[in-house]
Amino acid sequence: MTGPRDQFKPADHPNDHFLLTTVVGSYPKPKWHDRARELFEDEDADFGEDEWEESKDDASRLITHEHERAGLDVICDGEMRRNEMVEYFAHRIDGYEFNGRVKVWGHNYFDKPSVADEVEYGEQWLVEEFEFTDEVAERPVKVPITGPYTLANWSFNEVYDSEEQLAYELADLVNEEIEALVEAGARYIQIDEPALATTPDDHAIVGECLERIVDEIPDDVRLGLHVCYGDYSRIYPEILDYPVHEYDLELANGDYDQLDVFKEHEFTKDFAMGVLDAHTAEVESVEEIKENIKKGLEVVPPERLTVSPDCGVKLLPREVAYGKMENMVQAAREIEEELDAGEIDVVASGAEASADD
Amino acid sequence: MTQVIATTPGLFPLPDWAKDELADLKGHQKTDLISGDESDEIVAAYDEAREEVISIQQDAGLDRVVEGQLRWDDMLAHPLAVHDSVETKGIVRYYDNNNFYREPVVQGDLGADGGDVAADLGAAADHVDSGLQAVLPGPYSLADLATDEYYGDDAEFLDAIADFLVEEVKSFPDVETLFLLEPSLVENAPADGEDERAADAIDAVASAADAEVVAHTYWGAIEEKAYAHLMDAGVDAIGFDLVANHDQTVYNVQEYGTKDDVALGVVDGQNTLVESPETIRDRIDWFEQQTNTAYDTVYATANTETFYLPVNKFEDKLKALANAADLEAAEA
Repeated sequence: MTGPRDQFKPADHPNDHFLLTTVVGSYPKPKWHDRARELFEDEDADFGEDEWEESKDDASRLITHEHERAGLDVICDGEMRRNEMVEYFAHRIDGYEFNGRVKVWGHNYFDKPSVADEVEYGEQWLVEEFEFTDEVAERPVKVPITGPYTLANWSFNEVYDSEEQLAYELADLVNEEIEALVEAGARYIQIDEPALATTPDDHAIVGECLERIVDEIPDDVRLGLHVCYGDYSRIYPEILDYPVHEYDLELANGDYDQLDVFKEHEFTKDFAMGVLDAHTAEVESVEEIKENIKKGLEVVPPERLTVSPDCGVKLLPREVAYGKMENMVQAAREIEEELDAGEIDVVASGAEASADD
Repeated sequence: MTQVIATTPGLFPLPDWAKDELADLKGHQKTDLISGDESDEIVAAYDEAREEVISIQQDAGLDRVVEGQLRWDDMLAHPLAVHDSVETKGIVRYYDNNNFYREPVVQGDLGADGGDVAADLGAAADHVDSGLQAVLPGPYSLADLATDEYYGDDAEFLDAIADFLVEEVKSFPDVETLFLLEPSLVENAPADGEDERAADAIDAVASAADAEVVAHTYWGAIEEKAYAHLMDAGVDAIGFDLVANHDQTVYNVQEYGTKDDVALGVVDGQNTLVESPETIRDRIDWFEQQTNTAYDTVYATANTETFYLPVNKFEDKLKALANAADLEAAEA
């Protein structure tokens, strides 16, 4: 059940074991890129479409290479072209409109869009982003895409009878976009559903959305689902039936207090576990991250463990984000060496016999 | 003839300029949220924003005017979040919404502090000649949103919360109406025994008020047994969320009756689609027909707090509510 994973193992991978290291998606934007956006949005500034495109290309190239320099096996461009995970897509889907900011918590706001007309596929969402990143990258590229349930749940629905119906309509559009991404060469797609596990029984709606999303997507395309900051006992083990290969879950933030949820029922898919807290500005040490990775090996054997941060790291200072990535990769490589040497007992069910047996 | 009174449950969105100004003055992190001892600049910003939302309500023509609860960073948990005997901990989800508040942990005697809500209401009273409406979390919901590390017993904790709210109500300026918001009665329904205590606690707070008191529930209908107990509380009206669940609500009222007055959540506080005055009026008429009752007073209100909305749609909804009440008057 590990899906098409081997294609992401680098040819020069140093160890027999392979823990796939990757990121969730967003990365801190360089200050000059933020400044460029301000200038682009300022009508009085002498900064037009061409300059803004150049800034996005430069930032995308820079952060793609920064991910590679950190040693990650699968990378992305840190979402340098995107502003926010719902707004970015809502601007591209016909039927959405924006009315103004709403509170999330404290003085943190979100320009929550309204579905004011039937949703339809408008301009391309991510194909150009993928093609550019894939062109400049040496390593395989993952494409994170906001899932239809979150797009529906984090919007005002003025049109459809239910949020569920809106989510299914959006799932068909996500399917259309993923087909275009696959056509362009994408082989690793991550569907982000942070709204999952926040309301009772939402896993059934997300399950139906995913069935629509995977329709006619080839088997060699690796599909992941990212979920964060929810109550996982509400959705597990039901989510194991979803038509995806991998679940990417935030766990370091809560100090693995929800890890037991995944041990009560055999984890039958790939487990991409958050080993870094995306909301603390201290770089975790290699030793600390190794201990976190070992917690993942309590859930799945190494050939089904992916190592990643809890969530997108865009709110961190850039040097902290980089330090975390670098230590995470080193920790994974050291664990691989220890696995090769038979120094670690793998306790997860379905595990291959360890060298100690 | 039924009198329709247009109002809201308060907890308004901040005006957009105030979102920016207060974010700059206070910051974005959980340690930056309201503490009850704000700087003069922050107080001035809130005063200006309060005056603005009072004018918006008056210009829209609402029959009741609220203070706006703009300082309530922690939504309904606010009165505890600023309390000296309470420590605010991590950010936790606010019911089933994509909103978060600081978990208030009660670590001392709740009788030792108070007056925060009354002070804001006093500031509002200077700008409102008639129809001032107070808003408080109901005792059951406030206890539900908080964690107790002091009283050690659920019943005792609920009593302490009710006593705290009673003292708050006693220090209010003159108000026409008090809305006690009790979404937890729906979202985290009280168990056997707890339902009766919840009704007693609401009764205690309502008895302290020299005003018409509405116990307003939302995000669905109250469970039958809890509703039956709530009917024993000495409030003037019970509020229902007709947007989220009208059928169970109608059943409850058919089965157990309701007070002579009623509050009806007929405008969706969580959706930008603006209801027309005619739609609002139809919903009120529908409820009266279904329950076969001509109420003395119907409070026509948004079902929930309105901070979920962008400012433009929020203002449109206030106008729609006010116009719906006028529509009724024109036909009378």
